[in-house]
Amino acid sequence: MLLALLNWVITLATVVLFAGKYWWFPEAINEHAREYDEHFRNTLYITGVIFFLAQMSLGWVIFKYRSNGGRSSYVEGNNTMEVVWTTGAAVLFIGAVLMSTQVWAGVHLSETPANAVTIELMAKQFAFSFRYAGADGKFGKTDIKQISDANGNPFGVDEKDPAGKDDVTSSAIRVPAGRPVLLKMRSRDVIHNFFVRELRVKQDVVPGMEIPLRFQADKPGTYEVPCSELCGLGHHQMRSTLIVLPPADFENWLKEEDQKLKQQ
Amino acid sequence: MASHAMHVHTPPSGFIRKYIFSMDHKVIGIQYYFLALFSVFVGLLLSVLMRYHMVYPDAKVGFFETLWPTGAPGGVMTPELYLSLMTMHGTIMVFFVLTTAPQGGFGNYFLPIQIGAEDMAFPFLNMLSFWTTFVALVVMMAAFFVQGGAPLGGWTAYAPLSALGEIAGPGQGTGMNLWIISIALFCGASLMGAINFISTLIDLRVPGMTLMRMPLTCWAWFVTAILSLLGFAVLLSAGILLLMDRVVGTSFFLPAGLVVNDQILNHKGGSPLLWQHLFWFFGHPEVYIAILPGMGLASNILSVFSRKTIFGYRAMVYAMLSIGFLGFVVWGHHMFISGMSPYTAIAFSIMTMAIGVPSAIKTFNWIGTLWGSQIRITTAMLFALGFVSLFVSGGISGIFLGQPGLDLYLHDTYFVVGHFHMIMGVAAIFGMFAGTFFWFPKMFGRMMNETLGQIHFYATFLGVYAIFTPMHVLGIIGNPRRYADFKEFEFMGQAMSVHTFMTHSALFTAAVQIIFVINLFWSLKKGAKAPDNPWEATSLEWSIPSPPPFDNFGGKHLTVHHGPYEFSVPGKAKDYVMQVDPE
Repeated sequence: MLLALLNWVITLATVVLFAGKYWWFPEAINEHAREYDEHFRNTLYITGVIFFLAQMSLGWVIFKYRSNGGRSSYVEGNNTMEVVWTTGAAVLFIGAVLMSTQVWAGVHLSETPANAVTIELMAKQFAFSFRYAGADGKFGKTDIKQISDANGNPFGVDEKDPAGKDDVTSSAIRVPAGRPVLLKMRSRDVIHNFFVRELRVKQDVVPGMEIPLRFQADKPGTYEVPCSELCGLGHHQMRSTLIVLPPADFENWLKEEDQKLKQQ
Repeated sequence: MASHAMHVHTPPSGFIRKYIFSMDHKVIGIQYYFLALFSVFVGLLLSVLMRYHMVYPDAKVGFFETLWPTGAPGGVMTPELYLSLMTMHGTIMVFFVLTTAPQGGFGNYFLPIQIGAEDMAFPFLNMLSFWTTFVALVVMMAAFFVQGGAPLGGWTAYAPLSALGEIAGPGQGTGMNLWIISIALFCGASLMGAINFISTLIDLRVPGMTLMRMPLTCWAWFVTAILSLLGFAVLLSAGILLLMDRVVGTSFFLPAGLVVNDQILNHKGGSPLLWQHLFWFFGHPEVYIAILPGMGLASNILSVFSRKTIFGYRAMVYAMLSIGFLGFVVWGHHMFISGMSPYTAIAFSIMTMAIGVPSAIKTFNWIGTLWGSQIRITTAMLFALGFVSLFVSGGISGIFLGQPGLDLYLHDTYFVVGHFHMIMGVAAIFGMFAGTFFWFPKMFGRMMNETLGQIHFYATFLGVYAIFTPMHVLGIIGNPRRYADFKEFEFMGQAMSVHTFMTHSALFTAAVQIIFVINLFWSLKKGAKAPDNPWEATSLEWSIPSPPPFDNFGGKHLTVHHGPYEFSVPGKAKDYVMQVDPE
């Protein structure tokens, strides 16, 4: 009896918590993020109805069928009902996953557009670094023996390779708004993770692998990047920012960085 | 009479053979139970300390320094200490509680009795598996006290963090070695246990105890044993490979080109993803190892206290079998964002949604069982009903996480933490509480206190929802898990009120567990004497004295005549028919 009531109250409180959106996603800053939110909402509706009905009926049977000293009905089961709810659950669950495949494919199974900006990411305990090819459009060769954080060379760009002379490295990732980005991600020690909430994208960065991630950010602004794969004692401090600039500002920034390198 | 007496096995008389190195499945079951009880309080304490630190990261707490002089200098917990508490919380809870109590504890005690056997098929092996588990626990606990402390890589021990040694952080040296050795021992123990369970169930059923007359608990333990056999074998291999990477210098999980702490390492050719595949090939079935016995037990208890036969017994059995089978082909859903092929992710997600179907079938059948019944509210029944409620709540969030498209954001956030704690953590623990209140009279010959039991139930039920429901909204904010504190990130500021609420809920829930401890130990000494069949249940354990004699059935040859859940059968005088009743 008390349990029926408690279960109903908890169910309603849960519904209010999710329907009220007091704590919710940050603003979506691209098409994928908006699709994500739409699919999340659809899943929330489906599961919300199942959750509500299941918990309410659990409370109902507890409330309704308290022992009054009589006898229970004798029913061993009902094959028709088994078939109905098995099929129903299967259609609903598999349907949800097929619908979401589009959201997944948009990030992971799409071609990189020709006008994409290519950026490299290198993760280490406990920092992210980003590299741009610079004015020549070519990344310099790297050599792990030349990796040195003290000399500002987290990627180990080979000093002898002229293509590396103009490579720009940065601890934040700057991208032009509205233009596709191809981020090639590597780690040099343990697994890290690149997560931007506003993009609705998260990807592990795994040593020994170069993992591509494609995205496009449409709205200028600064967004936090928290490492989201346990990487050691400084995990909770491993932070970077995604800075989305209007395209002209982005080009200016690259030029300024290029100037700085030439002056060195 | 003389020939009859030949079947009576005499119990060992010495204290050590009787209570310590016992080969009696009942004593071993109780040993497993108390090992898990000790472990659950260690795990609970660690979780409370973690929750406290997340909300008050700069607090100076004197006894932190007393317990961990290097981990909490001046009483302020360091992030590495936080992570080691987290790692040990997960490890202890998953292995030494969730795997140990429902199967090793209740399974050991009641599987032989419920099928009419005098003991397990291999009593010596049974003893060996308990003591191996015990040594594994001692080795695990020792990790707290060695140089560098306990490991900090989480219970999943992802390589390379777990494979690099001390260079990757304190606790990743000796502490991590002990962790691996402990887990390897635990795997060995679980394999021995699994073989024993499977053999016992197949070979030692008494006449009339056909497979479809077994209580659903037996089915659950059987499927669990198969999962253990196939899962722990793989974890054992993975653990040995990991240990070799660490101490012999092999490169199973370590690729070329590692530069750790500005030091170039000499490994070549290994794959960090290989560890994840091996780990989750065990790790996902492990979820079912933890929850299946609870499902069996909840079914059993719902039927007994609603005085109604199980709705769809066969559907329940087939659902458990398909959960067992599908449980081995969904592990990739833990790895959607790991860097494995995005096509593979889609295949795994379809399998994952498929496993939701038998879970839904079970829920429908539980509600079907209660429909039109006569519910007797006892503490055991409350916990079984609570199990169903939590199973639904925890299962629902799996529909989000099983879709790679949605996992893109939710992965490794508190949404995941909320999901698995709800279903594999507290739902499974509710199964254990239900089992404790249900079987305590049989195990110890005394009743537990119902008033204390029900107060404890209501407080705990409310408490766990208050801890774990808010975790889901933290995940929606994007709050990553395994963070020692949330000070570095602006967006986590809005999460702090939720974290504070959860910490207070956790302190409350942990505190009310004292009621259970008092009830348990008080009832052991002072509880009312239990009759043979206090719940008017039907399975074989209720046809023998409480507690049962050494050989369970006093040398009698049983024949089983009925199914396990014949309640309220029309035309019968009583509202239940024991399985051993001749008519």
